[in-house]
Amino acid sequence: MVAHAIFFYVFSIIAVISAIMVTVSKNTVHSVFFLILDFISISCLFIMIGAEFLGMIMLIVYVGAVAVLFLFVVMMLNVAQQKNQWFNSEATSSSHIPIGLIISTIIFFELIIVVGGWKYKPELSDQNINQISNEISNTHSLGQVLYTDYIHIFQISGMILLIAMIGAIVLTFRRREGVKTQSYLKQISRERSEGIEVLEVQSNKGVKIDD
Amino acid sequence: MIEIGLGHYLTLGAVIFSIGVIGIFLNRKNIIVILMSIELILLAVNINLVSFSIYLGDLTGQVFTLFILTVAAAEAAIGLAIIVVYYRNAGTIRVEEIDKLKG
Repeated sequence: MVAHAIFFYVFSIIAVISAIMVTVSKNTVHSVFFLILDFISISCLFIMIGAEFLGMIMLIVYVGAVAVLFLFVVMMLNVAQQKNQWFNSEATSSSHIPIGLIISTIIFFELIIVVGGWKYKPELSDQNINQISNEISNTHSLGQVLYTDYIHIFQISGMILLIAMIGAIVLTFRRREGVKTQSYLKQISRERSEGIEVLEVQSNKGVKIDD
Repeated sequence: MIEIGLGHYLTLGAVIFSIGVIGIFLNRKNIIVILMSIELILLAVNINLVSFSIYLGDLTGQVFTLFILTVAAAEAAIGLAIIVVYYRNAGTIRVEEIDKLKG
């Protein structure tokens, strides 16, 4: 129990500090690094409380795909040199910041009040739809419900990924001018009659080729 | 303090959620940091779902966390594609210079 507490506090403090650093870091590349650190600490927490599959999937999906995608875009767009200017008087002339701070603080205290005063009915645990069993592993039990009870939602999430892929390709696709490409249709529909021409070559005159 | 319960995890989720909201409002740099703040908010939601799932002994929260993960990945891909297209057209992704819609 003490080890659980120690690890919880270590991982959550790292997560909170790196979340703060994501928002206030001057360099966007550093923000992405802190985002990766945040994801890793949260997935360690998930693994610690018994959701091993989700922790591993978080590592693979967020750190392996999403954060690397962010890093790729940040480095491609050359925004790393653009310094953070939100303490400038000129840049902060818009009135978003105090209102935003007030609203975020109100949201935080509302959430804390809800967490502090929240009690659930004692018979709620008996009404579980998918009881977590201790005999089989977390991955096994997730697979048992994911491919049976939630198969339609699973398929829909696959469709969402497909549509996201198509959308990203369509958005960033651009047809370049002046690029030489091979046209297979043009190649195989070439006929002998339009490809070659038989000429009568006269002596000492040669043939003029128009090209 | 030593006994870690559901409230600790929910508090952690609330803190990260609020930091994400603050990050959206406070941001004066570029739009990529706003996308990262949205990822933080989704991460806080995932923490809530997983901790409820573990402490109530119900697997449904973990299943829906998987779907949130899927939607978050799709959203990041589409958002970054939009940012790349905007940068190609306008040459900047600074938040205060993106005012084409005059909002």
